[in-house]
Amino acid sequence: MAEVTIRDLRKSYGAIEVIHGLDIDIADGEFVVLVGPSGCGKSTLLRMIAGLEGISSGKISIGDRVVNNLPPAERDIAMVFQNYALYPHKTVAANMAFALRMKRMDKAEIETRVARAAEVLGLTPYLGRYPRALSGGQRQRVAMGRAIVRNPQVFLFDEPLSNLDAKLRVQMRTEIRELHQRLSTTTVYVTHDQIEAMTMADKIVVLRDGHIEQIGSPLDVYDHPANTFVASFIGSPAMNMIDTMVQRNGAEAWVEVEGAHIDLSARSELEDRQEITLGIRPEHLTLSDTGMSGKVLVIEPTGSEIHVVVRMGGKDATAIFRTRHPFKPGEAISLTPDPENIHIFDRETGQRLT
Amino acid sequence: MSKARQSTGATIAAHAVLIVYTIIALFPVFVIVINSFKTRQAIFREPLTLPDSDSFSLIGYQTVLKQGDFFLYFQNSMIVTVGSLFFILLFGAMAAFALAEYRFRGNMLMGLYLALGIMIPIRIGTVAILEMMVQTGLVNTLWALILVYTAQGLPLAVFILSAFMKQVSDDLKNAGRIDGLSEYKIFFRLVLPLVRPAMATVAVFNMIPIWNDLWFPLILAPSEQTKTLTLGSQVFIGQFVTDWNAVLSALSLAILPVMALYVVFSRQLIRGITSGAVK
Repeated sequence: MAEVTIRDLRKSYGAIEVIHGLDIDIADGEFVVLVGPSGCGKSTLLRMIAGLEGISSGKISIGDRVVNNLPPAERDIAMVFQNYALYPHKTVAANMAFALRMKRMDKAEIETRVARAAEVLGLTPYLGRYPRALSGGQRQRVAMGRAIVRNPQVFLFDEPLSNLDAKLRVQMRTEIRELHQRLSTTTVYVTHDQIEAMTMADKIVVLRDGHIEQIGSPLDVYDHPANTFVASFIGSPAMNMIDTMVQRNGAEAWVEVEGAHIDLSARSELEDRQEITLGIRPEHLTLSDTGMSGKVLVIEPTGSEIHVVVRMGGKDATAIFRTRHPFKPGEAISLTPDPENIHIFDRETGQRLT
Repeated sequence: MSKARQSTGATIAAHAVLIVYTIIALFPVFVIVINSFKTRQAIFREPLTLPDSDSFSLIGYQTVLKQGDFFLYFQNSMIVTVGSLFFILLFGAMAAFALAEYRFRGNMLMGLYLALGIMIPIRIGTVAILEMMVQTGLVNTLWALILVYTAQGLPLAVFILSAFMKQVSDDLKNAGRIDGLSEYKIFFRLVLPLVRPAMATVAVFNMIPIWNDLWFPLILAPSEQTKTLTLGSQVFIGQFVTDWNAVLSALSLAILPVMALYVVFSRQLIRGITSGAVK
C-alpha cells in the first residue's frame, strides 16, 4: 500500500502535448476516479502511472519511489483492463497465478493466494475453466483476481465495466467498491461514466483536454463545481445553464429570466450589468406561479421520478419531479429555482463565482 | 438465417460438386499409386486397371528400397523441409511481431520491402544465389537449400502473420508487461499461441512447394550426399529407358511424409478457424 504522487506530469507525441502539467496527490488507501470525456487524457494518464506509456516530463512516485523509469513489472501495481485481457489459452487458475509464477514465487504460496482470491471473488468453481467458457461478469472477476493475488501497492482500473450490460455494471460497481473497502489498497480508476465516478470515488479528478478541471470528493464536485464544464459533465440529467445579466440597485441584485425575478442580493460581489451564467440542477426547480415560464417539450418518466424537458426562450431546461404531475406536451408551466442552490459562473471564463 | 436448413436437392448438388472435384484432384495420385504395384507390362497395357493376381508386383518398391541411397534422399528432404519451415515460422513471426507491435521509423517501408518478395519470384535470382553459395562454400550442403527456402517463404509469412498479430489485443500484451514478461516472453508465450492457426496456414502454404521442389536441389545441391527425394527419383528416369516401376513407387512413398505433416498442421488450422468463429 502506498500513496501516489504526480508532479507536473506532461506527455507529448511529437510536437503535440496531450497532458499539460498535472499535479495529483493520491493518499494511501484512497479510491480515486479519473473521469472526463473521450480524449481527455485519462487513459493516457493511467497508462503513464502503469508504465505502459513513457513520460515526457514530470515525476510519478509510488510510495517513496520515483517510478518514472521503472518498467511496469517493477512498479508493484496491478491493472484491470477494459476487455479483461485474460490469457485465452490459460485456465482461470493459471491466469491468476501467472504473474506470481513469473516472479518465481513458491508453488504452495501461489496456490494459497489463488485459492484465497477465488474465494473472495466467488470464482472457486470456475478455477479449471478457460476464459471463453465464462460470462462477462465472471471474466471481469478473474481479471480482478489476477490483480488481487499480486497484493500490489496500487490497483489501476481502465474502464473495467464498460463492456458489461447495465445491470451487471451496477452489481460489479458495488463489488469493486466493497473489495476496496476490504483490502483498502490505493486505487486509480478510469471511467467516462460520471455515475461510476460519483458512486465509487473517494476523490474525483475531472479531466478535460489534458488539464485538470477539478479535484474533490464526489459531493464536493457535485455541489460546488469549479466551472461550467464540471457543472455540466457531472450530474445526470445535466445542470441547466442560463446566460443572463446581473442588475444591481444599491444592496439589491437580481436577474430577470423568462419572466421570473431571481434575487441574488446575497451575492455582494456581483456588479451591475455583469454577464453571468446561472447553473441550476434539475432537482432544484419547483413548480410555481411566478417562476420562469416555458412549454413542456418531452416527458420522461423513470418510475421513481419524472424528467420534464421544458423549452424556455429558445433553450431547453430539464426539471426533475418526484411527484407524478400529469404533464402534457405543449403545456405551459413555470419553474422557480431553489435560491440556496443556484450556481453562478462567469460567462466569459466559465469559472465559478463564489 | 432462413436458409439454415437447405433443401435436400441443394445439399446433394453441393456434395456432387465436391465429390467430382475430389475425384478429379485425386485421380492422378490414384493412378500413380495403383500402377506402382503393377508389373512393367501391366502398367503400359492397362494403366487404369487395379492390380490383380497376374499383374501385381512389388518390383518397383524393391528397386527403390534396394537403392540404398533412397533413405538418405528421404532424410535430406525431411531435413530441408522441416528446417526451412522452422526458420520461416521463427523469423517470419519475429519480423511480423516487430512490424505489428512497435512504432519505429521506417516501419511502413520495411513492411512494403518485405511484401515485395511476394511478387518477385526467387528463381529470378538463381544465378546470383548460386554464385553466393559457391563463394560461401555452401554448395552441395543442405544448408544452401534451407537458407534459400527460408528466404523464399519469409515474405508471405511476414505478410500473413503480421496481419494476424495486429489483431491480438494490446491490452493482453500490456497485461503481460505488467505481469513481468519480457518482450521475448510476450512474443513466445502470449502472441505465438494465439496466432497458431495463422502459423499453420503459413506452414501448409510453404511445405508442399519446398518438398516438391526440383529446381534448387538440382542447382545448389546435386551431390549424392545431399540429393532430395524429388531429385533422387530422377535417377530412374533415363534418357533412353525409364524405370517406371521405380519412379512410381518412389513418388508413392514420397507422398506419405508430406501427408503426415499436412494432417498435423491442418488439424491446427481447422481448430483455429472454428475457435475464432465461435469466439
